[in-house]
Amino acid sequence: MAHLKITGLHKFYGSVHAVRGIDLEIPEGEFTVLVGPSGCGKSTLLRAIAGLEEVDRGTIEIAGRVVNDMRPRERNIAMVFQNYSLYPYLSVFENIAFGLRARKAPQSEIEARVKRAADMLGIANLLGRKPRELSGGQRQRVAIGRAIVRNARLFLFDEPLSNLDAQLRDEMRSEIKRLHQEIATTMIYVTHDQIEAMTLADRIVLLKEGQIEQVGTPLDLFERPATRYVAGFLGSPAMNFIDVGLAAKDAGVVVRLTDGTELQLPAARRSLLGRAAERLITLGIRPEHISRAHDGALREGVVRLLVIIELIQPTGSRTYVTFSLGGVAVVAEVEPHDVDHANQQLDMQIDMNRAVLIDPGTGRVL
Amino acid sequence: MSAVRSYRSLALRYIAATALTILFLFPIYWLFMISFKTPDEIYSVPPTWVPANFQFKNYAVLFQDGDVTAVWNSFVVAGTSTVVAMFLGTLCAYSLARSRSGGAALANWIISQRMIPPIAVVFPIFLLYVWLGWVDTYGGVILLYTAFNLPYVIWMMRGYIMDIPIELEESALVDGCTQWQVLRRVAFPMARTGLFATAIFTFVFAWNDFIFALVLTRTEVTTYTVQVTHYFGGQSNFWAKISAMSVLGTLPVFIVVAAMQRYLVRGISLGAVKG
Repeated sequence: MAHLKITGLHKFYGSVHAVRGIDLEIPEGEFTVLVGPSGCGKSTLLRAIAGLEEVDRGTIEIAGRVVNDMRPRERNIAMVFQNYSLYPYLSVFENIAFGLRARKAPQSEIEARVKRAADMLGIANLLGRKPRELSGGQRQRVAIGRAIVRNARLFLFDEPLSNLDAQLRDEMRSEIKRLHQEIATTMIYVTHDQIEAMTLADRIVLLKEGQIEQVGTPLDLFERPATRYVAGFLGSPAMNFIDVGLAAKDAGVVVRLTDGTELQLPAARRSLLGRAAERLITLGIRPEHISRAHDGALREGVVRLLVIIELIQPTGSRTYVTFSLGGVAVVAEVEPHDVDHANQQLDMQIDMNRAVLIDPGTGRVL
Repeated sequence: MSAVRSYRSLALRYIAATALTILFLFPIYWLFMISFKTPDEIYSVPPTWVPANFQFKNYAVLFQDGDVTAVWNSFVVAGTSTVVAMFLGTLCAYSLARSRSGGAALANWIISQRMIPPIAVVFPIFLLYVWLGWVDTYGGVILLYTAFNLPYVIWMMRGYIMDIPIELEESALVDGCTQWQVLRRVAFPMARTGLFATAIFTFVFAWNDFIFALVLTRTEVTTYTVQVTHYFGGQSNFWAKISAMSVLGTLPVFIVVAAMQRYLVRGISLGAVKG
């Protein structure tokens, strides 16, 4: 049975239709990440689950009970907010104990639970301090401590790491993942950061304009995106998109760039043409599927072409190069020493087996 | 050269500041000194700057005649009306800030009530109080001060509450608080500075009020501001009593403000950000 079940959910803010019919089931113990750009409705959805927003249509069920009319406190949910939401006038201990005190837990139990949560997060030595005496990372730990101390049945995270600097963010990300493995409670995590989504999630729910674009495991979405939007959202640097013509040639099928260059597609793609002689499509290729060409025979579906490098961006382990393909700037990922300088001519190969073909009209992957 | 000039400008500034301080403090100094003087010293020419002996006879008279009851009356009406106005006003402000009760217009309408000149309403209220039999009662005066201070409390507290990050309250709701607990455990402590600052202003307004007290009190609940006027006679003015009573009336406010100065300064600057 699904632990959390959302059916036909709609939310309006005045004339703005923020959530437009969400259906979602989340099994017990799963780490689900709601991801999408700002304004896609992900935070609204999370707040609706928490009971901080009333919904206009649809139902939310937690463990088989419809909770639409329940107050937040009756839903037994814990939530971590973006700006930590710590009470400046309370010590770290009292901040963590806040929820237990509100529920009138006995003092001995409060002490034991706060201590256990603090140990788990490595903040046991900070319990006597005030929030203003803590660093950003420590504050976030306290905020998480507040959530885990209560043994809630559902954890909600609303962009908890976006106020931290990059290094701390990496650290806290692993911490949250480890925490989930330890306490194995259902967690729903909202972020606009695709790396957080990919690394944390058992399952990603990608939202766009208040609707679910695609649901699946991180690798599912990455390797088999359903739409151009999903393909472009996940992956860094982003997937390259080139408008091309798809045409039959000899027994096979090719994509024809605007400058006339033809790239051979695997024969299996022939079926996309149907009876038509040619159709317009968008070709999507990830930077990691374009590399420096090697000597020797090419695998089936790999094509080779000569390009002039316009821009070089080394990152240390990999180097990103930009060149023009069919009038579009295309990014490719090469080995650090594959390229010396801009304007260099380079022999590249593209793995067309991994190419994504998109219907430009509907945006759906063919 | 420039060091000399900066020393000189610093010295000038100190001299100016000292001169201004003396100018402003002089009336207060004079008031205090009169209250310790003998009748001869009060009327002496040239004036006596410092009394020969500090004697408390002027105060003793006020206690013997029971006139100090007026200070107690002021304390009761100002204190009670402050507590009531703060309680009701903060709840109302919370509703305005968080639930947008009545929209923006209601908040503006409420503060506009504060702008009515007291003299414009005091006589209609007097007639009403006569009819109700509330003239010269604690309840009547407290009710009027509460009503007159409420708009100010609501307006100020609304600003302070709007400054509290809403996430703090939401997170308390999720953590298991009821709406009342959110108020008590989050909103009040967060707005503490503003609560104190607003309470001080409310108290001082009621404490210093003259016109309402003059019209609505007779003998039973006369406040100290009205009591002072009793010492101005047709033939002569009782300067000793006037000054002693004024000192007694000034001291409580002086102490409260001195003790709460920290909240006062921070509270005013906080409220200034959002109106």
